[in-house]
Amino acid sequence: MIEVKGLRKSFTLGKRRKTRTVEAVRGVDLSVAEGEIFGFLGPNGAGKTTTARILCTLLEPDGGEAVIAGADLRKDPGAVRTKVGYVPQGGTTTDEVTAREELVLQARMYGIGKAEAIERAEKALAAFELTEFADRACRTYSGGQRRRVDIAMGIIHEPKVLFLDEPTTGLDPQSRAHLWDEVRRLRDTGMTVFLTTHYLEEADALCDRIAIIDHGEIVALGTPTELKHGVAGDVVTVGLNGSGPRAAELLDGHDYVRKLELGDDGLRLYVDDGTTAMAQIMRVLDAGDIHFDTVELHRPSLDDVFLIKTGRSLRDK
Amino acid sequence: MKFLRDTWLIFTRQMLLVWRTPARLVIGFVQPIAYLVLFAPLLKTALAPTGAQTYADAYRVYVPGLLVVLVLLSGFFAGFQLLGELRSGVIERSRVTPVSRTALILGRAFSEVVTLMGQAVVITVVALPFGLTVHLGWLMLAYLMLALMALMACALSYAMAMLIPSPAALGPLINSISQPLSLLSGVLLPLSLAPGWLVAIAEWNPIYWTTNGTRSLFTGNPGDVSVWAGMLIVIALAALTVTWATRMFARQVR
Repeated sequence: MIEVKGLRKSFTLGKRRKTRTVEAVRGVDLSVAEGEIFGFLGPNGAGKTTTARILCTLLEPDGGEAVIAGADLRKDPGAVRTKVGYVPQGGTTTDEVTAREELVLQARMYGIGKAEAIERAEKALAAFELTEFADRACRTYSGGQRRRVDIAMGIIHEPKVLFLDEPTTGLDPQSRAHLWDEVRRLRDTGMTVFLTTHYLEEADALCDRIAIIDHGEIVALGTPTELKHGVAGDVVTVGLNGSGPRAAELLDGHDYVRKLELGDDGLRLYVDDGTTAMAQIMRVLDAGDIHFDTVELHRPSLDDVFLIKTGRSLRDK
Repeated sequence: MKFLRDTWLIFTRQMLLVWRTPARLVIGFVQPIAYLVLFAPLLKTALAPTGAQTYADAYRVYVPGLLVVLVLLSGFFAGFQLLGELRSGVIERSRVTPVSRTALILGRAFSEVVTLMGQAVVITVVALPFGLTVHLGWLMLAYLMLALMALMACALSYAMAMLIPSPAALGPLINSISQPLSLLSGVLLPLSLAPGWLVAIAEWNPIYWTTNGTRSLFTGNPGDVSVWAGMLIVIALAALTVTWATRMFARQVR
């Protein structure tokens, strides 16, 4: 659905002699399948928004190629426009007008006739649970409601691909969860969703695949599980009361145990898949009649992935 | 015609916004009306040397000047609103659609022009009880000239806003252009009161011609040279500035 090769873009900042060039996107390659929620995860200034804006025809790339829903970005940006929807970071609802007016206008700007635009607005309002406030001015909406209007505007022309730039920034946890459900619902209708985020939880919970981007380059790409397993497996820590050495002896040599460490806090087992390994470990200990106090599972997070790939943590930001 | 349809779409949307924020509309004519009520009455005596005998005569000279100031100055400030909309993302949201780029800017300019003409009509009506009388046909022609001036000022302001996209720098630039333009056109008092050298300079100012043209129409002299000269000048300038602004906009926003 989206094929990108060698995309690059740089900006010149500053005035007259004191200029410097910032390479915002430095050779991004990616491929997004139909019906996928694809996440672009990275810190602020990593090039996420620039990439999304290029793919939506808002910025002209310096180099590289992209084909979106069969349309060539450089040769036919007009065709790309009819096939993508874009929801920018800040939101674009106008205080003085109503959600219904916003939706009708947006549909009309896509060349849709008046009667059909009104009908589509009505459907979109119902789908995003906005009917109740549809005829109130946007200034009276909550942040979550406004964001839903933004997304409804982004899909009013039934695009193949929807670009969401930082969709949940500034939303409270409840609105965020609500929005995630909306995005999943769109994916379930067959829409491809490309979203940028700097929230680890969002990338992890919502995205089918993630590209981690830093300084304009993709440093890791895969499903959240693949990425996390790529850095290190899960760790199961068993708190044992004195019988550590004997437990280690019993568990050593099982094929699901990659590595085993006996420490002060108990026995640490490095495994591929923590959930199944935990059950197997408990069975072995039970069979050996070894009593244990605690069993803990630690799975690597996307932050661990980011840390290993870039040497920095996303959380510090 | 996609382009006309898109322009109409943007125009109606901008008019809706004007309608929903009446405060802005009212602020637009509070000042002209204050001048009309508190300053214009002095002019019967002041304009006596030019042959003004009655209040009607004075208002026929003053009201057109006031309207020129209104359309010119308000038009010149249209660029600020464009900058605001470029920043807020309202225009970006349109740009991801296949809507005509020229329509995005022309629809906005036309809504400014219509708003200004609405204010001009209100000001004319308010001047009637003070004794203003004017031939309806010539008045319509004067409104056309004013509308073209408004379009020109708007387009010029849009082009400058894209050239200098910083409100802090745009303000002084606009002031430094609009002040000499209006002083050298005799908007407050006709330059027929001015010494020869001042008129000689003013003759190089296109707004001098359009102001005199509007005034001649109000005073019932449609045959005056300034009417057709002013009309030709303002048509040419409007065409020029609109072309410039749409080109700048299309290049800037892709």
